[in-house]
Amino acid sequence: MRRLFNTFANARLRAQIVKEFFSTLRDPRSRLVVFAPPLIQLLVFAFATTLEVRNANIAVYNHDAGHWSYEMEARVGAAEFVNKVYTVQSPDELRGMIDRRQVIAAIDFPSDFSRNIAAGRTGTAQVIVDGRRSNAGQITAGYLSAIAADVSAAARKDTPRASPVVVRNWFNPNLIYRWFVVPGLSGILVFFSALMITALSIARERELGTFDQLLVSPTTTLEIIVAKTVPALAIGAVLGLAMIAAGAFAFRIPFTGSFWLLLPSLLLFILSVVGIGLMISSVSATQQQAILGTFAVGVPAVLMSGFATPVENMPEVLQWGAQMIPLTHFLVIVDGTFLKAMPPADILANTWPLSVIALVTLTMATLLVRSRLQ
Amino acid sequence: MSAHTAIDTPRGRGKDAPAVVIESVAKHFGEVQALRGFSAKIHYGRLTGLVGPDGAGKTTLMRIMTGLLVPDGGSVTLAGFDVVKDNDAIHIVSGYMPQRFGLYEDLSVMENMRLYAQLRGMDADQHTNIFESLLDFTRLGPFTKRLAGKLSGGMKQKLGLACALMAKPEVLLLDEPSVGVDPVSRQDLWRMVQELTDDGMAVVWSTAYLDEAERCESVLLLNEGKLEFDGPPQELTDRLKERSFRLTGVSDERRAVLSRALNLGTVGDGVIQGDSVRVVLREDAGREEVDALADEVGAKLEPVQARFEDAFIDLLGGGPGGTSALAERMDEVKLDSDIAVSCLNLTKRFGDFTATDNVSFEVQRGEIFGLLGPNGAGKSTTFKMLCGLLKPTEGEAHVVGLDLRRATGAAKSQLGYMAQKFSLYGLLTVKQNLEFSAGVYGLEGAIKRERIDEMIETFDLKQYLTTSPDALPLGFRQRLALACALMHRPPVMFLDEPTSGVDPITRREFWTHINGLARKGVTVMVTTHFMDEAEYCDRVALMYRAKLIALDTPDALKRASRSDKHPDPTMEDAFIHLVESADMEDQARADAKAAA
Repeated sequence: MRRLFNTFANARLRAQIVKEFFSTLRDPRSRLVVFAPPLIQLLVFAFATTLEVRNANIAVYNHDAGHWSYEMEARVGAAEFVNKVYTVQSPDELRGMIDRRQVIAAIDFPSDFSRNIAAGRTGTAQVIVDGRRSNAGQITAGYLSAIAADVSAAARKDTPRASPVVVRNWFNPNLIYRWFVVPGLSGILVFFSALMITALSIARERELGTFDQLLVSPTTTLEIIVAKTVPALAIGAVLGLAMIAAGAFAFRIPFTGSFWLLLPSLLLFILSVVGIGLMISSVSATQQQAILGTFAVGVPAVLMSGFATPVENMPEVLQWGAQMIPLTHFLVIVDGTFLKAMPPADILANTWPLSVIALVTLTMATLLVRSRLQ
Repeated sequence: MSAHTAIDTPRGRGKDAPAVVIESVAKHFGEVQALRGFSAKIHYGRLTGLVGPDGAGKTTLMRIMTGLLVPDGGSVTLAGFDVVKDNDAIHIVSGYMPQRFGLYEDLSVMENMRLYAQLRGMDADQHTNIFESLLDFTRLGPFTKRLAGKLSGGMKQKLGLACALMAKPEVLLLDEPSVGVDPVSRQDLWRMVQELTDDGMAVVWSTAYLDEAERCESVLLLNEGKLEFDGPPQELTDRLKERSFRLTGVSDERRAVLSRALNLGTVGDGVIQGDSVRVVLREDAGREEVDALADEVGAKLEPVQARFEDAFIDLLGGGPGGTSALAERMDEVKLDSDIAVSCLNLTKRFGDFTATDNVSFEVQRGEIFGLLGPNGAGKSTTFKMLCGLLKPTEGEAHVVGLDLRRATGAAKSQLGYMAQKFSLYGLLTVKQNLEFSAGVYGLEGAIKRERIDEMIETFDLKQYLTTSPDALPLGFRQRLALACALMHRPPVMFLDEPTSGVDPITRREFWTHINGLARKGVTVMVTTHFMDEAEYCDRVALMYRAKLIALDTPDALKRASRSDKHPDPTMEDAFIHLVESADMEDQARADAKAAA
């Protein structure tokens, strides 16, 4: 402990921390990775990327001339997610429209559709979905069956309604997509920035030849690691907090948890990422290699973190792998803190793995730098 | 077989027409005026040297001549073709070898040659005779299957030359072909180029080595984008007649004598050559002052023949003075032991490759110790083990009695280190670089401010404090690197090719400081490719094939290589002699083994 304190107090370390800050903030490449992705990702993820289906085009092939098919057609046309309804006259035309991606789904009403309903039987219409757009197609099919259910309810208004299942979405009652994307984004941005800043730092010095200069000076490996950690920690924290603030204030996502529990979790998360970044950097001879290394590690890490797909759906081996990724744990914390007022015990359950990862990766990075001396 | 079969002599145009005509050519890059409008002619059948300090515009002119750059003003014609208008023709009649020839490192020697032949539209199978003669010419015959990446620096240059010659060019342009090439390979390149000019080809050889310029038949001397001299080097050297002298018999005092000589108003330039000091008088200066100095220190003053380098420095206004403001401020270094650096049975193996094989030596306090050797001979590896950057496989290295790999921070602050590329932080300003160096060596508070101010004053850095080191003129960059390395007043300095790519005047200033430091008792370990710099050393260790093959004073090494062919050998002759005798010994041993 005393040694650690001495490390922080000395002039050598102070000089290096100043140097690291200047190098990171003045290097155009570092600056680009620090400031450009947050802005771009914020815009892209928050506005462009969405899992909701909007502006869908639907084709209708109606053999039926009865009331109920027109009723259904009118309701589809009026639905909020629908942009345009095309009426087609032949199966070939329908096939063509799906082929050309003009429509995402088509409804085919058989000629006995209204007759069956009027007779008290079940009217069956066929929904054809473009399977190439599986996700959006499924959601569209879901919306269409909801409309069909409404129509069927209207048809039997004289008979008592069967009690349908009523769904309530806790924590995000309207299932607003941004509510679960933006908090997670703060994690991803911090992850990539901290990873890139640290991955470049040793590699840059090695490429320019200043690393040898550093190694022959009286500074210790621990000091080198600490000096390279501090700017990444500071910049990562600022970025993370800015994203969290953007979520809470600009996107008006309810922030229900404790900020004072989130902040230390964020710092711990950055530390664990810094360790990974420095490990990449210590084995890279050039900045080019460091950037490639960052992507080789970063992209699979994000995919496995549970940001896009739930960790529980992955094969068990990968689930274990996901536990080793700092982002997995931080996403749980940040989502929970925003939407469900995550209690301290649950946060702790995710911070201790972060501490373990940080300890292991930072130690490994120190050892790697030291072993490269020989 | 000579080069005749491989390379046709220039066709048709007749020997009297110039190969290259340069008409008031000018080129600028942004603010920087690289070429300031000059005219010159380059002739067939001659080796023309393109010389000048770093940044003089040599490479820019080369690239304009090959049609890779378009001049802003003026025109250049090569073999009768305008480089801009007849750009396609230029690529056919000229052969260009850039500083780093684009060899494909993962292809073998033969595959590289075939590829270049095919790029020239030649059917590789039809031209086996050309390949054969080129391989013979470059003596690469035995290595056709070796990957280009595995060749030594000299062999790569020869392969590059072979590829450039593939097209049978009329004009061959070589951009600093000898940089990073050891003297032995350099000699080979010379021989090849001379054969080519004998066959009538025009060869342009750009170089920062002035001893090479001296051997060219004609020289274009550039400085700051202007043509300062055009003609045979001898003509320039003749202007210096009776102005070059050697002070002999000053062995122990030579650094002090050089320093005093350079401070004389009549002396324009001076260097150390082994045990003696060589001085060059300024134009129209009398020799009285130097005579008086020689009398006072008990030295013998003898006139010597002028060299091209003397003329070069003279043309550029003389070298720097002899006093190192830096060394003046240093306190005399005191060490507990007289041995500052030592190594014993030092060995380093990378896999089954031995980079350093059983090397031992000791360096005295205040000594300047040079580590020389061809590329890949292991001098860099040895150097890195000495200053603690590499771990020896066997044996040990000590600096002021400490093993640096296990040493504490305090022990590491005993050494200063300056690398080839002046490892400065380009993203920090000059002031911040100084502050960083002071801080990382644990200097704080008043003492830190004092040292930084002192360095700024000594090296005249005040005007550049907020500039990035990358934007500094080369000389100032070197000063800054030296300031950073010396901020903590180390008793031992490690300099790894500190003057590589630096022009002669900047190098002289550098050595003035180093000489001053040595006189204060600082021990200096230096590696270099410049043989004239080896002359500044008290002792020189020559490494070859991972082994230490010679260790002595420069004069003793030169004496040992004296022969009928070289009655007064230079350091370069000595180097070549020692390397060749090591080769012969190896050969003899191998033969003996085969016989047994």
